[in-house]
Amino acid sequence: MSLRAPFANCVRWLVVLAALATACAPREDGATVQFWALGHEGDAVARLIPDFERSHPGVSVRVQQIPWSAAHEKLLTAFVGDSMPDVFQLGTTWIPEFQALGALEALDSYVARSATVAPGEYFAGVWDANAIDGALVALPWYVDTRLLFYRSDLLAAAGVATPPRTWAEWSAALERVKRSVGPDRHAIFVPLSEWEVPVVLALSQDAELLRDGDRYGNFESEAFRTAFAFYLDLFERGYAARAGAGATASVYRDFAEGWFCFYLSGPWNLGEFATRLPPALADAWTTAPLPGPDARRPGVSLAGGASLAIAAHSARKEAAWQLVEWLADPARQVEFYRASGDLPPRRSAWQDPRLANDARAQAFRAQLEHVRALPKVPEWERIAAKISRSAEAVVRGEMAPAAALAALDADVDAILAKRRSLLAGASRDAE
Amino acid sequence: MRRRANPAWLFVAPALAAIALFLFVPVFASLLLSFTDFDIYAVAALRNLRFVGFANYQTLLAEPLFWQALRNTLYFVAVGGPLSVAASLAAALLVNARLARCRPLFRTAFFLPVVTTLVAIAVVWRYLYHPRIGLINQLLAGFGVAPIDWLGDPHWAMPAILLMSIWKNFGFNMIIFVAGLQAIPERLYEAASLDGAGPWRQFRYVTLPMLAPTALFVAVMTMIGGFQLFAEPYVMTQGGPSNHTLSVVLLMFQEGFRYWNMGYAAAIAFVLFAILLAGTALQLKLRPLGGGPT
Repeated sequence: MSLRAPFANCVRWLVVLAALATACAPREDGATVQFWALGHEGDAVARLIPDFERSHPGVSVRVQQIPWSAAHEKLLTAFVGDSMPDVFQLGTTWIPEFQALGALEALDSYVARSATVAPGEYFAGVWDANAIDGALVALPWYVDTRLLFYRSDLLAAAGVATPPRTWAEWSAALERVKRSVGPDRHAIFVPLSEWEVPVVLALSQDAELLRDGDRYGNFESEAFRTAFAFYLDLFERGYAARAGAGATASVYRDFAEGWFCFYLSGPWNLGEFATRLPPALADAWTTAPLPGPDARRPGVSLAGGASLAIAAHSARKEAAWQLVEWLADPARQVEFYRASGDLPPRRSAWQDPRLANDARAQAFRAQLEHVRALPKVPEWERIAAKISRSAEAVVRGEMAPAAALAALDADVDAILAKRRSLLAGASRDAE
Repeated sequence: MRRRANPAWLFVAPALAAIALFLFVPVFASLLLSFTDFDIYAVAALRNLRFVGFANYQTLLAEPLFWQALRNTLYFVAVGGPLSVAASLAAALLVNARLARCRPLFRTAFFLPVVTTLVAIAVVWRYLYHPRIGLINQLLAGFGVAPIDWLGDPHWAMPAILLMSIWKNFGFNMIIFVAGLQAIPERLYEAASLDGAGPWRQFRYVTLPMLAPTALFVAVMTMIGGFQLFAEPYVMTQGGPSNHTLSVVLLMFQEGFRYWNMGYAAAIAFVLFAILLAGTALQLKLRPLGGGPT
């Protein structure tokens, strides 16, 4: 043993050096897959890549980490400059835009041939968000949705034993919390700059946000108006503060100090709350699926997250697919979850004990069965900004609700004007 | 004698070529862009690009959001500009005063915010402005002022941005004023004091007229900088609350780089350019008479 140890060390070093050499020098044979991963996911996935290269000897991967804030711009510029990577991470709401550009390879035939990627295994809403006009253009990598984070101690102190399951129960709980915390504090934190809150309430009401094949805004619909009224009530009854984002220098601090009890947020806050809240509060908060409008209908949230896509102009699509397929494997998704905290989109990955025994994550598991894709149009981000602006205008008393929704429809119709004319042109060409 | 080309052209040619290539060509291209509906669909296929004439400008001038952004920006320039110039002049006089001690220390201290990253400053100021735990509200509470939601209240957000911006930037103009002050010959003050002028009249009849060219330069640069207000609201408020801190450049950024309406964003840029040109011309016209050499 004592004799062989240095020898083994030598071999190990040689392997490391060889790996470095292959990592640094792109191979001439064209089997180096360029992979752009974003932010902290890039960090996490880079650590999995050596395993992939070991099990796929012909393929090497170069991971490039791109900060989230610059990613959208970089991908667009890369598309214009015809220097797209072979595989790239794509935020769910960007998919329609890159599909409109023709930048994405359709993955249906790859999935059909695959032995490991089983569409039925994915949460349906998440899968749907990656399919545009019936073609799958990206493969879900991890998921994001919104649900209730709340201070269980404050809720119990207000005399509410179980988290609300319907809007009526939710209102009652908000009322009791508000009464128990007093006039200075609030029952729920709703940042006026976030469109997500009115949108998930509308999704729960089964509202179609856009109509006629996503050609016009549909915000004066019965369903949206009902959801909007509930949203406005949160402020009207004093459950939520009418202040903007400026009122909260730090959500974590305010949550820890009990300035609000409920907060609608996403999976990244599982990790953030766990590390940023003081240890004394470690068991004082948890999560619950969104309450439904009534006992028959569950709360529906949005299907977000990030997917992996293959560039339509890639010269190494087969190798690229091998990487995407390997990363989609449930075992890999569990590893990825452990490295990054990002929740997996496949049900079987949720059997991992770390996820199965985590009550807070399990609320997400339940919510993910009830998620819906946002309208799949490239203009969505602009529309979303208009939604939050309209909501803010009403909450601040600048506009009446009906007038604000009418104006919102008019604005969204104007935003979609070019889409309508292009669709009309395309159908004329087809005739 | 045959006229020969001035050899200086040869020396400036590389710089001129660079300016032409990297300044005039892009500016001309974006002027063309402002007459099209260049957007994400045009990136996909150029046949989706349509020449729309002045439609972008018409939409822009009919868009309430643009007028609000313009109002916000004008407010920032009209209120913040004079305040900022006055603050930097006052600071320059202070650090230049012969009686002041530790002048280099104060000069450095006043200049520090200029070289500090805006994002770091914004994070700190967000805490200062916090309605409940912020230092500013706690100080005001000492005078019996009710807490103000600085960044969350539409009426207070722009003043809050203004205050931070002045604090961050006055040091730069101060240095320019200090340079201007030091260029004033001592003999003028001596002559004035022989004529019986006290400190105020020395300031009024010697310092101010001699500083006029400097003040004009500072005023024009401050105005141009004010119209280009972007980073402060971008970092602090994202244009909110209720779009009360949305500046013209922030609107342009959102339209162009967030939503990829490049044609529309280019139109905003040219309207801003026209405003700036008019503003600068106006200030040059109003140049105080009797100033020193410009």
